[in-house]
Amino acid sequence: MMPLVHRLIFWETPVEIGTIIYSLGCFPTQADLHDFTAEVEEGHTGYIHLDKFLPVMTKVLLENKYPPIPEDLLLQAFEVLDKEKKGYLEPEDLTKYMTQEGDVFTQEEMDEMLTALVDHEKNLIYYKDLINLLTIDPDM
Amino acid sequence: MKAAVLIQRWYRRYMARLEMRRRYTWNIFQSIEYAGEQDQLQLSSFFSFMLDNFTQLNGNGPDLISQLLDPVVDPWLDKETCYNLIAVPESYTGPRLSFPLSVSDTNTLLGAFKEQQTLHARYVLQLLYETKKLLKQMPNIIHLSTSYTKEITICGDLHGRLDDLLLIFYKNGLPSAETPYVFNGDFVDRGKKSVEVVMLLFAYLLLYPDYMHLNRGNHEDHIMNLRYGFTKEVMLKYKTHGREILQLFQDVFSLLPVATVIDGKILIVHGGISDQTDLDFLSTIERHKVSGSKQSFTIVDILWSDPKTQEGCSANTFRGGGCYFGPDITQRLLLQHGLQLLIRSHECKQEGYELCHGGQVITIFSASNYYEEGSNRGAYIKVGRELVPRFYQYQVSRTTRKLTLTQRYNRSAEGSALRALKEKLFTHRSELMSGFQQYDQNNTGCVSVSEWAQVLESVLRLDLPWRTLRPHLSSVVTISFLLFSFQVTPNLAETLFRYRTDIGIIFNIIDKDHSGLISIEEFRHTWRLFSAHLGVDIDDRAIDDLARSIDFNKDGSIDFTEFLEAFRVVHKLDNKDQQLNGKMDGKFS
Repeated sequence: MMPLVHRLIFWETPVEIGTIIYSLGCFPTQADLHDFTAEVEEGHTGYIHLDKFLPVMTKVLLENKYPPIPEDLLLQAFEVLDKEKKGYLEPEDLTKYMTQEGDVFTQEEMDEMLTALVDHEKNLIYYKDLINLLTIDPDM
Repeated sequence: MKAAVLIQRWYRRYMARLEMRRRYTWNIFQSIEYAGEQDQLQLSSFFSFMLDNFTQLNGNGPDLISQLLDPVVDPWLDKETCYNLIAVPESYTGPRLSFPLSVSDTNTLLGAFKEQQTLHARYVLQLLYETKKLLKQMPNIIHLSTSYTKEITICGDLHGRLDDLLLIFYKNGLPSAETPYVFNGDFVDRGKKSVEVVMLLFAYLLLYPDYMHLNRGNHEDHIMNLRYGFTKEVMLKYKTHGREILQLFQDVFSLLPVATVIDGKILIVHGGISDQTDLDFLSTIERHKVSGSKQSFTIVDILWSDPKTQEGCSANTFRGGGCYFGPDITQRLLLQHGLQLLIRSHECKQEGYELCHGGQVITIFSASNYYEEGSNRGAYIKVGRELVPRFYQYQVSRTTRKLTLTQRYNRSAEGSALRALKEKLFTHRSELMSGFQQYDQNNTGCVSVSEWAQVLESVLRLDLPWRTLRPHLSSVVTISFLLFSFQVTPNLAETLFRYRTDIGIIFNIIDKDHSGLISIEEFRHTWRLFSAHLGVDIDDRAIDDLARSIDFNKDGSIDFTEFLEAFRVVHKLDNKDQQLNGKMDGKFS
């Protein structure tokens, strides 16, 4: 499934709906986003009005509909990919996985991830260190 | 597989958070920048006030302030002697120019500036003198046609970024008959190479007056230059002839055309338009006689306005000048003059360009990494006979790799944005505190998050996502404000801090030779000006005592630090509760 791009009409430059929902602390899957969008979209314009968005989003937050992923579960997910328990992943393996399984990444998302996560000297992804680094959020 | 989905979900959320932080960082920079420009126009009106009320400031010689506001053109600068009496020594290794300019001269300049060389004052003055002569013959609105040229390239704000200009020339070609250019204002200020940028632009203007076109921007103005760095850059690079160079720049800037029209269909101006804009009227006024911030709204609107999404035309309170114009205003103007597109600059955009008003307005901005390394791309437009704009983006960076969002989002950018914001909070703390007090009738020392946000919004008048920013700012706010119930008048130290840029500018004006020192007499005058502006009453004798005591080494002159110290000392004498101040000062970091 391709990632959906819908825009909220209240900021000067459009924002993707996924970005907003994620930044509010939710962890929807692509299917979840698809359903959410279907509920609030203005016809098939690709735009969403704030008036329609707010009540639906409030409900999501109150029901805790897309709960966060606990850190240990995330670690387990990486360990599933790291079958030999080496403690790291090769970029090619991660790429294959992320672009072919589950809610596949686009080429752009994959490039971003690799640039952000790969240890550039060794060309490997040390996922244990990264989980700490990337899940500690100083705000909200 | 479930594992893949988990990782993907987690990662997408991480990227989303990053995107949000980048947006509010951007938001902070932009809000503070425009608020600063608003102060700028206020400073100009302060000077107008000075002009009206203090006609003979020091009693002997021409009035400094009036010289600045109503510049009397020094007749000496209109003669060739302004430059040809300056000898270029044999030892000078920089670029040498011969007039009239040829392609080898512009190539020499390009090469020299790439090698970090500085052009000799004599050539600067000669180039400016020739540019002034040429501009005098030009109308307010330049009309171009695509029938003789292949495509016209339109660039936005450069703000002294030589690297961006060189990158544009590299990617797109040097100005020539085959590659005509329009540069849409704001060539100077902020960047460190404003002199080089503008020298190149004027050199090409002299070389190819038919293929090189420059519009005036709001930064092509001497008061803006005082605040935003161009004046400083010139004085640093040209210690002996800086003042004449600045004076001549002032003349040249005021003579720059204010608009360009392509094929009678595309209008290019720096800022925008208002509901009062009339191109026929605009072409009749004497543009060089109008100061950018005076009563002529015609020019101010063109140089300062911003587009907005809602219909109508309202005062641009963000900038303090010009207006916000809606899609209906654009539509009306385009229809009135048979135009189809408005191209403007003036606002930084992340992708270097942005369309609005249903595609009838394009913003083009050519200074990449404007706020911070990685903050935005620069762009330029190419338009040919079919009048369909094509966009070309670029970004000056140390590496040639394509930057990802993670790299583009620079944590230090967020840090400096937040620091700038905290500084603003500090300068308004008394007002903030009295605002909070109004919500806290029971003196508990606490307010709700919404009340907190409301107070910040109304005091600072910055359109920012306060609730999102609260965790970053709350360390500043979590102090007991019970102490402040004794505070009635605004803290002068705060006022001083808020006005320090203004004070700096005033100091620089009084300090005629930019030596960094002013005389006791000049100090007295400055003090009187400032206190009149603030509406504060100060006894003359007190000022004199103060002036004498400030001059530590008794040599009859004061430097800027002593100057600022003077305000603090007076504040201490003024303040009854000095102990209270001690407590307050410790809590803000």
